[in-house]
Amino acid sequence: MTHLSEEMITHARQLVSLYPEPRSALIPICHLAQEQDGWLRPEAIEEIAAIVGVSPAEVFGTASFYDLLHTEPVGRYVVSICTNIACMLAGAYDLLDHAEKNLGIKAGGTTPDGLFTLEDAECIADCDNAPCLQVNGRYFGKLTRAEFDKLVEDLRACELAEQVPTHGTLCRVRRSVGLAARDSGGDIHPGTGGEPERSSSAGGGSASESEKGGVAGSGTAGTSQPARRSRRGKK
Amino acid sequence: MTLDRVPRIVTSRIGYEDSYTLERFLATGGYDGLRKALSMSPGEVSAEVNTASLLGRGGAGFPAGRKWSMLRAAPTTYLVVNGDESEPATFKDHLLLERDPHQLIEGVMIAAYAIGAAQVFIFIRGEMALGIERVTQALNEAYEYGAVGRNVLGSSFSVDVVVHPGAGAYICGEETALLESLEGKRGFPRIKPPYFPAAIGLYGEPTVVNNVETMSNLPWIVLNGGAAFAALGSGSSTGTRLFALSGRVNNPGVFELEMAKTTFRDLIFDKSLGNGIIDGKALKAFIPGGVSAPWFSPDQVDIHLDQDEVGKAGSMLGSGSVVVMDETTCALRAAWRITKFFWRESCGQCTPCREGSGWLEKTLWRIENGEGSEEELDMLMDVCDNLAPGLTWPPQQTTICVLGPSIPSSIASAIRMFRDELLVHVKEGRCPFA
Ligand SMILES: Cc1cc2nc3c(=O)[nH]c(=O)nc-3n(C[C@H](O)[C@H](O)[C@H](O)COP(=O)(O)O)c2cc1C
Ligand code: SF4
Ligand code: FES
Repeated sequence: MTHLSEEMITHARQLVSLYPEPRSALIPICHLAQEQDGWLRPEAIEEIAAIVGVSPAEVFGTASFYDLLHTEPVGRYVVSICTNIACMLAGAYDLLDHAEKNLGIKAGGTTPDGLFTLEDAECIADCDNAPCLQVNGRYFGKLTRAEFDKLVEDLRACELAEQVPTHGTLCRVRRSVGLAARDSGGDIHPGTGGEPERSSSAGGGSASESEKGGVAGSGTAGTSQPARRSRRGKK
Repeated sequence: MTLDRVPRIVTSRIGYEDSYTLERFLATGGYDGLRKALSMSPGEVSAEVNTASLLGRGGAGFPAGRKWSMLRAAPTTYLVVNGDESEPATFKDHLLLERDPHQLIEGVMIAAYAIGAAQVFIFIRGEMALGIERVTQALNEAYEYGAVGRNVLGSSFSVDVVVHPGAGAYICGEETALLESLEGKRGFPRIKPPYFPAAIGLYGEPTVVNNVETMSNLPWIVLNGGAAFAALGSGSSTGTRLFALSGRVNNPGVFELEMAKTTFRDLIFDKSLGNGIIDGKALKAFIPGGVSAPWFSPDQVDIHLDQDEVGKAGSMLGSGSVVVMDETTCALRAAWRITKFFWRESCGQCTPCREGSGWLEKTLWRIENGEGSEEELDMLMDVCDNLAPGLTWPPQQTTICVLGPSIPSSIASAIRMFRDELLVHVKEGRCPFA
């Protein structure tokens, strides 16, 4: 029995096959492990290390460099409030203060029920919707205090499940094809990645198979509306 | 100003609700540029891009065609697209990734064909979940349509494209750090020389790294010709460019403008653009090209959005992001927040950057809170001088990458432009804006 599910491991192997060097898949696979567990559990790190062919310490050492890879548990919803320049000029620190009071935690903390982690974040490239935040990577902009309270309420009531997956789920669209050009016979990929997974439940396979196979995974995200609020509710 | 005369090169589909779908893309000329490129020789495609004199849109403004021509001859060449967009107040690639992913893929395929890339990696900032989903979805569609993969659009050209998610680190926007990250390592910028990954890049192979917006211009350039692109703008600033306007303006947003024809005054005050300052307040200062850039004062608003003109005035157009501060903005607090960003994002390899940023942040915070002294303003300048000797622009390099030497920009700007205001903090023992 592996810690990562069979589906995750199959998909991880497909990711490895996409790169000339297996190690390149390290970060994408860390994201997958977080999709399963919400954070990077030591068991997952061990298995990732085996899949990409490095030591667990190297996976840990690499992951710890990156803000989005969590080597400690975080809440089901990671609320990242941008306080960088454009948002600060639109009152982001007031919003952060308010959020700390609402959630009863300081930035960097997690609520005792494990539901929310609050972050004082750097620019999330949504500055025209300042002050803005992300919940698990999904945007909410031009937020008043009342709208923040409503957002928290909705998240608690699981009313935003469509828009905001639980923490760790980065991309709900799976790649549906392997490396077609490499299969064409020309030796244009001298890498060691190996063949794409053809039996993958995650939609792996060569391009010829892709004509039948659509997008695995939920596949809805790519066609849904942006998870951000419109310009309404301007202060 | 007559904005409507300007062709929309990269934002032509943004107005459609379904701009990101293959159907809309094909209905609006999508993949015609790639089709045309494949009917030309790779050299002819590169020649058009050279004629266009397309400058990189990622911050450094290096001509794309010239970068491609620097590739070391080798059997394997990679193309890497920089979609890390984390420079504070920069949010143009965010728009292109979410709203027109097929345009990016088309541009990428044109570039891959021109340079003969063995494989393409599109690196997208990990925070942009929707952007990653949209580009992944578009890529699946493009494979199925035949625009990516084996025998692209029936030609003999084959290449694969892989979407690579980032994991949250500003420094991975620096191209050599990006390559390290793509190799599955910590995002540590590489020591230069070599100055360009064109010599030694991904896995040690020749690599071109180009920005998302740079790539997104290519379909139009191929379809309309490099000369038509070069006819827009003036001097070395050709074509149009996305400007991300934020801060104390009524209508912040991303605007596609002809290069070198629009002034900062137009961008900030024109009704169709920034529409003036909130509550009719007075302009205090503005950052012309991302937080790494030295600030401009109100008497510089008539400078054009022109790479050379902004450069001559002592700053840079950089990532095309303009931040507006008004009379209600505390310059010291603005400089502190920008410095805090650099401190948090320094990768830690170089002492001046790692230690300097933290010291500067703490000192600025103390002065902001009324606990500083006048001598500390001079000490700040002195430490800044250690990071970027002479405090010139472009800065002198003391570190592995230019993150470190960019830290002084906002601090030196605040001290030079608003010394009196900073001293009020010292004299009154508090921030006069609080
Ligand atoms: C600290 C730092 C951060 C950078 N961040 C980005 C970025 O987010 N996106 C980008 O395209 N270029 C960024 N750059 C510039 C890249 O190093 C590189 O010049 C650019 O991607 C080349 O593409 P272009 O020629 O198409 O502009 C950054 C540079 C530095 C020093
Ligand atoms: S200047 Fe700063 S960010 Fe750049 S390599 Fe040195 S320590 Fe890292
Ligand atoms: S400054 Fe807040 S999103 Fe850019």
